[in-house]
Amino acid sequence: MSTAAHAEQDHAHGHAHHDEGFIKKYLWSTDHKMIAMQYLFTGMAMALIGGFTVYAFRMQLAFPGMSVPGYGRVTATDYNALVTTHGSVMIFWVAMPVLIAALGNYLIPLMIGCDDMVFPRLNRLSYQLFLISSIVLIASFYVPGGAFGGAWTSYPPLSAKAEYSLTGLGSSMWLLAVALEFAAFLLGGINFVTTVMNSRAPGMKMFDVPIVVWMIIIASILFMASVGPLIAGAVMLLFDQQIGTGFFDPAKGGDPVLWQHLFWFFGHPEVYVVLLPAMGIVAEIITVFSRKKLFAYKTVLYTAIGTGVLSFFVWAHHQFIAGIDPRMANVFSVTTLLISIPVAEMVFVYIGTLYGGSIRLTTPMLWALSFIAEFLLGGVTGIFLGASGSDIYFHDTYFVIAHFHYTFFPIAFIGSFAAITYWFPKMFGKMMNETWGKVHFWGTIISFNFIFIPLFFLGARGDHRRIYDYRHFPDLMKAGMQDMRILATLALLVLLAFQVVFLVNFFYSLFKGAKAPANPWEANTLEWQAPSPPPHGNFPQGLPNVYRGPYEYSHPDRQADWWPQTEPEPTKS
Amino acid sequence: MIEHYVDSASTFSGDIDNVILVILASVGFWFILAEVVFFWLILKFRAKPGVKAQYISGEKPHEKKWVTIPHYATLVFDVAIIIMAIKVWHDVKINLPEPDSTVRVIAQQWAWTFVHPGPDNKLDTPDDIQMVDELHVQENKTYHFELTSRDVLHSFSVPVFRLKQDAIPGRIIKGWFKATQTGQYDIQCTEICGIGHGIMPARIIIENEAQHRVWNTTNAPKLAEVAPTTPPTSAGGMP
Repeated sequence: MSTAAHAEQDHAHGHAHHDEGFIKKYLWSTDHKMIAMQYLFTGMAMALIGGFTVYAFRMQLAFPGMSVPGYGRVTATDYNALVTTHGSVMIFWVAMPVLIAALGNYLIPLMIGCDDMVFPRLNRLSYQLFLISSIVLIASFYVPGGAFGGAWTSYPPLSAKAEYSLTGLGSSMWLLAVALEFAAFLLGGINFVTTVMNSRAPGMKMFDVPIVVWMIIIASILFMASVGPLIAGAVMLLFDQQIGTGFFDPAKGGDPVLWQHLFWFFGHPEVYVVLLPAMGIVAEIITVFSRKKLFAYKTVLYTAIGTGVLSFFVWAHHQFIAGIDPRMANVFSVTTLLISIPVAEMVFVYIGTLYGGSIRLTTPMLWALSFIAEFLLGGVTGIFLGASGSDIYFHDTYFVIAHFHYTFFPIAFIGSFAAITYWFPKMFGKMMNETWGKVHFWGTIISFNFIFIPLFFLGARGDHRRIYDYRHFPDLMKAGMQDMRILATLALLVLLAFQVVFLVNFFYSLFKGAKAPANPWEANTLEWQAPSPPPHGNFPQGLPNVYRGPYEYSHPDRQADWWPQTEPEPTKS
Repeated sequence: MIEHYVDSASTFSGDIDNVILVILASVGFWFILAEVVFFWLILKFRAKPGVKAQYISGEKPHEKKWVTIPHYATLVFDVAIIIMAIKVWHDVKINLPEPDSTVRVIAQQWAWTFVHPGPDNKLDTPDDIQMVDELHVQENKTYHFELTSRDVLHSFSVPVFRLKQDAIPGRIIKGWFKATQTGQYDIQCTEICGIGHGIMPARIIIENEAQHRVWNTTNAPKLAEVAPTTPPTSAGGMP
C-alpha cells in the first residue's frame, strides 16, 4: 500500500463499498465530501467558541465589573485571553476551515467534474491535523496560567517571555496550534491546486472554470506562498519561548519588529485568502439568482490575480507607527491604496452583473447582495488606515476594529451563510426553510450594523483597542461614549440570539426538510448535475463533459433561461 | 470632524483632521453612489413574470466602460489621497523641526516614566524632573520626545495631538510635537502590553509659560538634595 498506484486502486475500490463501518466512514474516509463536512461542522463548532468569547468580553466593556451570566467576572487576564481567542478562532478556525477547506473540498471536485481530490489521503491528513490544532487551542485554556492573551498578532517580546505574558505554556500552545493549522491548510492547498490543474472534466477549459473555484485556487496559492515566513517565525518564537533563544529579544541582539514583518507578510495576504473565496461564492449566487451572465468574467479573474500579487506588497501598512523607518510608510501607503483599485473593480463588476437581470431575492441571494453592500463600507474605511497620515490617529483604535469587521464579518459569516444556504440542497439533499432563512438574515444584518457603526464613532473619539475597562480614561468617558459601548453590546446579544434561528433551521432542515431535487436553483455549474446529495464518486451516470462556460444564463437563442455546462450543443440542421 | 469629538491641540492635529475629512468626503461620495446604484438595480430588475434577463457578456468596450471609468476615477482619488497623506506623514514623522526642549518617555509594564529637562532645559542634568504617569509641557513650544521601553512593546498615544508611536525595548525613537492650547488630556498605551494594558493611562498637562515656570521651579530637585551638605531651604520636591 505504499505506492501511489496502490493508493489509487484502494481508493477506486472504496467507491464500490458504501456500507462502511463508523471508523472507516468518519475517521478515515478519504471522500472529499465527508472531509468537507467535517471541516464545516468543526468550523461551526469553533464559531460557537468565537461567539461565546466575544459575548463575555463585550459584556465586560458595556457593564464593567459585572458577573457575566454563563462566564462570571471577567478579569484583566481573562479579557486579554478572550480577545486573543476571539481573533484567532474567527480567522484561523472559522473563516479558513469553512471558506477554504470545507467549500474548497466540497466544491472543487464537483464543480470541475471529477470523482475526488487528486491526493485523497493528504486530504484526510489535512483534516486530522486541523482537528488536533483545534484541540490544542482549546486545551490551552486549561493549562496553568491559562490561555495566551497577547492578541492574535502575538507580538514579541510580550509573547516571547513568560515573565511578560504570564502565560508560559498558553503562549506556546497557541503558537503550536496555529502552526499545526497552517500545516493542515498547506496540505489542503497543494491538493486544490493539483486537482484543478489535472482533473477538470473533458472540455472544461481554464475560462470555463467557475469563478469560485478560481478564487479558491488563487487563495490557496497566496496562502502557500505567504505562510512559509510565518512558519519560520513561529519556530523562532517557540525557541525564544521555550529554550531562551533571542531572535526577537533586543537584549540578545534580536529584533521584535522582525516578527511583525514575518507575521504581516503572511497576515495581509491572509485577508485576501479568505476574501477571494467569499467573492467567488457571491459571483456564483448573483449570477444564478439574477439569471445573468457574469459581467466580464475575465476582468474578475484578472483583478483577483492582481489583488493577489499586490497583497504581497502591502504588509507594512500594519506597522506605519511600529518603529519602522518612517520613509517605508510612503511606499506601503501607495501600494495599499493601489490595492483598492482591483478590489473596487470586482465590486463594480458584481454591481454591473445585476443590470438587466431578473433578480430573485431568495435567502442565498439576500446574503450575497448584503455581502456587497456591507463589504463596500469595509473597503472604503480601509482608505483611512492605508493613508499613512490619517493612520497615525486611527491606528489601534476601534475604528480599525469596525473597519476589519466590516470586511471580515461579510467574508466569514455573510459569505458562509450565503454558501451554506445556496449549497445546502446539494450537500444534504434537503431544502432549507426560506422563511426562517430570511428571519435569520434580517436579524443578523440589522444587528450587525448596530454593533459596528457605533464602533466607528468610538474609534474616531479615541477609544483604543484591547482595553478592558475604559473608566481609567477620563477623556474616554465623556457623554454618550459608554452608551455607544452598551448599544454595540446589546446589538451583539441580538445578533447571537438570531444565530439560534440559523442553527435550528439548519438542523431541522437537515433531518426534516423537504427533499431537494438535483438542481433546485436551475444553475449551470456541474455540481448541480450530480444527485443531491452526490454519492461517493460524485457522478454515478459517468463523469460529465463540458461544452461551455458556467454563466450562460438567459441566452437569447434559448427558450430556457439557463444552459447547463454539460448540455451538448444542439445539432445544426 | 474629529475635532468636534476630541480637542485638536497640536500644530499638526488640524492637518491630520483635514486628511481625514478629505478622505471622508471622497470615499463617502463613492460609497453612497455605489450603494444607490446597487439598490436601484435591485429594485429595478426584480424578476417579473415573462421577462427574461438580458444577455450581456461585459466584454464589449461600450459595456466595459461602466467598470473602467469608475476604475480610473478610483485611481485619481487614490493619488490625491496619497499625496495629502504623505505630506502630513512627512510633517509628523520625518521632518522633525528644531526642538525648544526634549523630554524622555519610558514605557514599562504598566506605567509611564516621563523625564523632563527641568529649569536648565537640558536632559541628564541634576535638575531633571522625573514623573510617573504625568507629562508636563508648555504650549507653543516645540518638543522632541525620546521614546523607549523597558520590557515589551508599548505605544505612546496622545489623541489630542493625533500622535502615536510604538515604543520598542532597546531602541530610542524620536518624534516631536508642539502643543497649541493648554489643558489636561489622556495619554494612552495603544499596543497590548500584558494584563495591565488597560490600566496604563497617563495624563498630559499642557501649561502656559508662567504655569510651566512655576511647575518647573517647584518640582525640580533642589541642588540641596543633590548636594546634601547644604540644608534644604523650602518645602516641595519630587512628587
